[in-house]
Amino acid sequence: MIQLKVNGVQRTFDGEPDMPLLWYLRDVLALTGTKFGCGMALCGACTVQKNGKAIRSCITTMQRAAGSDIRTIEDIASNGLHPVQKAWVEVNVPQCGYCQSGQIMQAISLLNDKPKPTDEDIDDVMSGNICRCGTYQRIRAAIKTAAGERA
Amino acid sequence: MNHIANVSRRGFLQGMLSTGAFVLSVRFMPEALWAADALSGSRADQSPLHPSVYLGVDTDGTVYIVAHRSEMGTTSRTSLPLVLAEELDADWSRVKVQQAIGDPRYGSQDTDGSHSIRDFYQPMREAGATARLMLVRAAAQQWGVPETECLTEPHVVVHKATAKRAGFGELATAAAKLPVPKKDELKFKPASTWRYVGKGQASYDLEDICTGKAKFGMDARIDGMLYASIEHPPVLGAKVKSFDDKAPLQVKGVSQTVVIDTFTPPHHFQPLGGIAVIADNTWSAMKGRKRLKAVWDNGPHAVYSSDQFKKELQATARNPGKAARNQGDVDAVFAQGGKILEAEYYVPHLAHASMEPPVALADYRDGKVEVWASTQNPQAVQETLSEKLGIPKEAVTCHVPLLGGGFGRKSKPDYAAEAAILSKKVGRPVKVVWSREDDIRFDYYHTVSAMYMKAALGADGLPTAWLQRSVFPSIGSTFNVNGTAAGAGELQQGWTDLPFNIPNLRAENSGAAAHVRIGWLRSVANIYHAFAAQSFADECAHAAGRDPVEYLLALVGPARIVDVKKSAPDYPNYGGSLEDYPIDTARYRRVIELAAEKSGWGKQKLGKGQGMGIAVHRSFLTYVATVVQVEVNDQGELRIPRVDTAVDAGLVVNPEATRNQFEGAAVFGTSLARFGEITATNGVIDQSNFDTYPVSRMNEAPYQTNVYIVESGAPPAGVGEPGVPPFAPALCNAIFAATGKRVRELPLSRSKLGS
Repeated sequence: MIQLKVNGVQRTFDGEPDMPLLWYLRDVLALTGTKFGCGMALCGACTVQKNGKAIRSCITTMQRAAGSDIRTIEDIASNGLHPVQKAWVEVNVPQCGYCQSGQIMQAISLLNDKPKPTDEDIDDVMSGNICRCGTYQRIRAAIKTAAGERA
Repeated sequence: MNHIANVSRRGFLQGMLSTGAFVLSVRFMPEALWAADALSGSRADQSPLHPSVYLGVDTDGTVYIVAHRSEMGTTSRTSLPLVLAEELDADWSRVKVQQAIGDPRYGSQDTDGSHSIRDFYQPMREAGATARLMLVRAAAQQWGVPETECLTEPHVVVHKATAKRAGFGELATAAAKLPVPKKDELKFKPASTWRYVGKGQASYDLEDICTGKAKFGMDARIDGMLYASIEHPPVLGAKVKSFDDKAPLQVKGVSQTVVIDTFTPPHHFQPLGGIAVIADNTWSAMKGRKRLKAVWDNGPHAVYSSDQFKKELQATARNPGKAARNQGDVDAVFAQGGKILEAEYYVPHLAHASMEPPVALADYRDGKVEVWASTQNPQAVQETLSEKLGIPKEAVTCHVPLLGGGFGRKSKPDYAAEAAILSKKVGRPVKVVWSREDDIRFDYYHTVSAMYMKAALGADGLPTAWLQRSVFPSIGSTFNVNGTAAGAGELQQGWTDLPFNIPNLRAENSGAAAHVRIGWLRSVANIYHAFAAQSFADECAHAAGRDPVEYLLALVGPARIVDVKKSAPDYPNYGGSLEDYPIDTARYRRVIELAAEKSGWGKQKLGKGQGMGIAVHRSFLTYVATVVQVEVNDQGELRIPRVDTAVDAGLVVNPEATRNQFEGAAVFGTSLARFGEITATNGVIDQSNFDTYPVSRMNEAPYQTNVYIVESGAPPAGVGEPGVPPFAPALCNAIFAATGKRVRELPLSRSKLGS
């Protein structure tokens, strides 16, 4: 039996311990905001927070998630949109939108670590998240907006 | 966004939960994904006032507008309804966009070729204007005033003289009783009063996307569904000889394996075939599949190896091909000698690699199938499933969730057919999820191409003769086993439409056999044709010792309409008439001049390793010029600090979405130019995930792309694809300016740029 907290709710999992957290979230809990993109931590579409840090849920097994506090895109907004989500809307970042949950989760983590990130900080942290539509310059602008800077 | 549905009517849970008459079930599907029901019609149909399949006005004032094209990131799901809302004079905040199921009554739903706005701008206007006129007439009748005295404000009909006002909802029932006006009665709003068209709106789904609520094909769920991961034949057309599924069946959650027959050629949109591992969750299906042992009869395409094939294409390109366009006499000019330039270019196969791999959920029962598919073409889903299952097209209901990218891949519904075949065999709803490896190894690839170019330069350095020859396996091979020759639809894309003012000009092509599935990829044949023609134009400029921008303008020549039909009788002009959409060199000139001016061409002081390059290209009836600025250091590392793109797409409905498309196209262009390469060895694709098929990441993409939209009175043209073709040649021309190294083969990762 694996115990973990997801979006504030205590959960018990009795399936295969090698199941990646991604598929537990999507298939078992129906939290489909977290996306499957590559299965190898190469694209970042599956990014969630584990104990406040951005992780790739596609390579994080349930065994490794045991006892942790997981937050997904569905639980980021409270009393209206999260400032990063607000910035995403303001800058009109998404095109298809599929990667954006992961981008937003990664950006939140970046801003937690570095409230005023430089271009280099943004490149370093966000280059693990692929956007095939190519919204990178808007992602950068939205991160700066959320950081309270002028983009 | 769970929805409580009375499922017994829909026959969903029969034999699974209960047989009660009013079984309620929570379905994790947003209403919009299935509100358009084959049985009861769309919400628009159910509204009292619905003079067109595209809209309905309800008594509470809600305006339902049907989005019949697929949304894959181009914002057509927003921009087309916006056109209708404009002519209806609706308040956008009271509009609900409803996604259509696949149904021919909406017209073409094949969301490709950058023609959603081009083809449906007018039908949307007419639908909106029709409903507005009916609402105005209903109000005029109620008030006993002439209809010509009634105006609309957003969502309200107004009679100023009597200060009477009535909302659209109040008038809907009365308006519905009136005859639907004829087209010649319609009055369109003057452009000066437009609230939405030309101003645009953010995506209807923007906030849902940013909160994880938006439902993509990957997110479709229905009760009782199973999941499938399919081991596809490693070589195109290979058949299963034998397989061992003992190990997969030991994986917890795996229930069975099912063989899908290999297609009978041509492959068209049929499933590839293979062995499906079925489980109660995606992970178990994928894990089980990894343990499957299969032996294949690989068949004739096992001969395909990219290195050898490349040599064959290049050899073919050195010999005369079939002339697709011919004017003057290039051979006579070349025979005179003088300054002759020759160059060869090569672009490999590319994969689409949309962030959401192909995915579909199908529920087959009693001779009918309901499908939720990430598809660009729900009517093709209906046709393909009808053929594969032997049921009528009308028995296929195809819902279209949001697509996590498409880029042309999702025009082909092979994966939806897989889901339907499996659901029929298993007797439960089945969701087929392609892995990233499946996506990259079993794509409908962008074709591989070799180009040969030759020009004779006159005393002023401008060409007196220009010969261009391309060789590539045609998309026709997907539909016809003998389809080796390029079609006019491929040759129009940057080959027969060359606008250069050269008296002797010939565009040739030779066919080649296809050994993988070939399909459309964002801007298609324009990619390699523009790469060759626009790189070679730059080579000619440098050979002539002239500035590339000034030279490009001279090549395009004076403002005129190019009479392309005279020398290329088969030229199809993307299905647009040459009266409405001529090849207009004034528009080429304008975008070249604008991009050059905005980029600071010739005015910027460039340091060591810095350079700027330009390319211009018309595709999907839109004119685009792109200036790329690069920095290349001694180690050969490339940075792209800035891109300036000028766009003339005629009337632009949604400028912000258009800018987004061109910013994205620069990144897409960067991906294919820097890294994009699919190769095969013995018929097996060598790449499999983003490690071996990289696409641009933030630190590799252009830092800043500036998009300038030309104000234009021309009819609307495409915006989804046209940003891609000029990017790679502009980038490589910039690299030449920075380093003196001419890149003639993509991707750049194959070239050494350092000193």
